[in-house]
Amino acid sequence: MMTQPIIGIHNVSFRYPKSPTPALANVSLMVNQGEIFGILGPNGSGKSTLLGLLSTSLAPKEGAITIAGFDLVKDTAAIRILIGVVFQHPALDKKLTIEENLKAQGYLYRLQGRKLQERIEHVLDVTGLSLRRRSLVEKLSGGLMRRAEIAKGLIHHPKILILDEPSTGLDPGARLDLWRHLNELAQTLQTTVVATTHLMDEAEKCSRLALINEGTLIALGTPQELKGQIGGDVITLASADPQGLKKFIAEKFSDNAQIVDQTVRLERAQGHLIIPQIISSYPGTISSATLSKPTLEDVFIHRTGHRFWNQT
Amino acid sequence: MIQWLGVATLWQRELLRFYRDRARVIGAFVPPVVFWLLIGSGIGRSLRVPGTLTGMSYLQYFFPGTILLVALFTAIFSTISIIEDRREGFLQSVLVSPISRLSLVLGKILGSATLAFLQGAAFLVLAPAVHIHPGLAGFINALILLGIASLGLSALGFLIAWMLDSTQGFHSIMNLFLIPMWLLSGALFPAGGAASWLRFVMKFNPLYYAMNILQANLTASWMNPRAHWLAPGIDFLAICAFTLVLIMAAAWAAEKNS
Repeated sequence: MMTQPIIGIHNVSFRYPKSPTPALANVSLMVNQGEIFGILGPNGSGKSTLLGLLSTSLAPKEGAITIAGFDLVKDTAAIRILIGVVFQHPALDKKLTIEENLKAQGYLYRLQGRKLQERIEHVLDVTGLSLRRRSLVEKLSGGLMRRAEIAKGLIHHPKILILDEPSTGLDPGARLDLWRHLNELAQTLQTTVVATTHLMDEAEKCSRLALINEGTLIALGTPQELKGQIGGDVITLASADPQGLKKFIAEKFSDNAQIVDQTVRLERAQGHLIIPQIISSYPGTISSATLSKPTLEDVFIHRTGHRFWNQT
Repeated sequence: MIQWLGVATLWQRELLRFYRDRARVIGAFVPPVVFWLLIGSGIGRSLRVPGTLTGMSYLQYFFPGTILLVALFTAIFSTISIIEDRREGFLQSVLVSPISRLSLVLGKILGSATLAFLQGAAFLVLAPAVHIHPGLAGFINALILLGIASLGLSALGFLIAWMLDSTQGFHSIMNLFLIPMWLLSGALFPAGGAASWLRFVMKFNPLYYAMNILQANLTASWMNPRAHWLAPGIDFLAICAFTLVLIMAAAWAAEKNS
């Protein structure tokens, strides 16, 4: 399974003009060929900036990015042929049909004639759009439009497919379909998939994940590895006096208690054993206690001390 | 450097979109024609600038100016889409594709100019209806001028749209810069009768030279529209230079800031 990295990001920092804080600060990571690599982070964490760099929309100001051995700044043209990009905002021409969009995209990638026609048939087939090929894009549902976007990104058989928040505007069913398609692509075409998301359940479907917060990489690994970094179970206690409770737990049980959203949160192996002890030794103030297996959000809280949706 | 397949793709897309979006066809063609009918018929023969408009109705005088206005509106409406297209539309994917920025600029400008040319030409063929009979040579000259001016106006639209990030901004530029540029081209009044400071300003307006050529070919038989300080060749050189410089500026801007 372990193959050589196809994308290398080395100490990349990026700051938008007029912005006081950097959008990315010293990010380094590798993406291996054929994997579905997820970039998970809240809105404004810098994940779209990272994708903007990988898709050659932005140029790195510090650090270096290599894609398939090419330098992003020096060999931009060579890289553009290798990547397919699916943007967060639709990039289809709504006044054209699906097939016309695909044809135009093919021409931009210097595909012509029979070869282009074969590719069009193929990507329509892969995305299940063959029957809708003559539909105007503006007449399509959100789910079909996304699939058409992906078909467009695949027309030149890119080595790497880059997707920014691919499930934006999709209902849960269409979202499942989308990820099934992405998995099939990674397997049948050996396409490396890089996708950003702010949805935990989507992140779970990736083969490897980068967690990003405030422009820095805070964790990297498979979803299993990341969740495994949390010692056992996650306990959440609601109380009228979270400060007091936290202090009490810290003294008595010497644990890693944190206050998150007015609740006290701690990680502990065999959590079910400690809950009764806490409740009975600090009686009357705990209104509820929850025990759960670690999720990716717990990994996020573990690393940052705040919830994923902190800003809202 | 120029990938013609990519250029042709973008050009064709521009035409297809326009054809499928009837509101745009009407939006760029009808308002100038209505202005022409209302202003032209309203003023009628009530204004006379001695030595300039003798023997023709204002409807006739205003005719060449309207052709240029149709071309201006069409060029602007099809390039204005760049502003949103870049961030939330089709152009995003063009920008990360292997086609060069120069090809992108040419495809877009050629597409927009083709539309401006066709709409302008559609109005031009109405000339005989208001008793403007330029003859074959006059028609051909007017079409050549219209083609060159359409390219220049499209390049101007591209350049402005590329530098802006909101369509609101475009509207202010349109009112502050593009419409006055057209007003001072001689479309509404001949330079000969204008105040001398205005005449001086008009000399710096590239559309003034385009208008000179159009009027010379369409309506000159009634009047003597040329300011005497201009030789005929200068008009053609000026509008060609304008077009060429703007295409280069648009290409430069797209390369520089993308």
